[in-house]
Amino acid sequence: MKDSRGLHFKTYILLLFIAFFAPLGNVLLSKGMRAVGSAQDWAPQGLFHILIRILMSGYVWLGIACLLAFFVAYMLVLTWADYSYVQPASAFSYAVVAVLGLFLLGERVNLLRWSGIVVICFGVFIVGHTHPRTTEKR
Amino acid sequence: MLEIVFLTLIIAAGTGGELCVSHAMKALGEVHDFRPTALGRFVWRAARVGWMWIGVGMMTVAFFSLLAMLSMENVSFVVPVTALSYAAGAIGAALFLREKISKQRWLGVLVVCLGVTLVWLSRR
Repeated sequence: MKDSRGLHFKTYILLLFIAFFAPLGNVLLSKGMRAVGSAQDWAPQGLFHILIRILMSGYVWLGIACLLAFFVAYMLVLTWADYSYVQPASAFSYAVVAVLGLFLLGERVNLLRWSGIVVICFGVFIVGHTHPRTTEKR
Repeated sequence: MLEIVFLTLIIAAGTGGELCVSHAMKALGEVHDFRPTALGRFVWRAARVGWMWIGVGMMTVAFFSLLAMLSMENVSFVVPVTALSYAAGAIGAALFLREKISKQRWLGVLVVCLGVTLVWLSRR
């Protein structure tokens, strides 16, 4: 029972990590790439300048760091938890995106999107009440 | 015809890639030590598992297929269809990873599929 409680606890922590860092990484990358702007011409010199500007962007590096953190957390949780548990549970990131968009970027979230988010949270709640591991421990 | 090929690639290669990564992680065994040096060693060990690279390769194919599909069709059509990957993931986990999926988990997966579809329909 104690093992099961510990398993649930570390699974929830890493799922929160995944749900937070994946959308945050995407938002930061998006912000960085918008600041860099699109390529005006596709000549090697133009592309080289764009590449330099991308590499100089703090937002891009922060975004990459967040996405790396997300992927390591994703790999870690899959060492013990079922894929069929982690995949739907990580859909909670849709709710995090909406909240980040609302509070950090001032985006409007319409009723249909809130409805979808509530439905996803309900689905995650249902999946979250199953045992994270149904296969034998290695 | 091309749309069907890309949609199949998004769902099959995306889900297949994640299943391969999951298989690689199960082969490594449960992680108990979360200190930075131990995590570094874990990533190094993971990079030496063949399934990991097959998975990353398939996920890359799925990503570029999604980009190609979005250049042909409206996002309101593409992404609700890609929500099928949640159902495909559960089927793949049962068949490929031998996970035992209860009725409750199936119900949760279907509810998540529905929610993701609603969120993406709200984009426009």
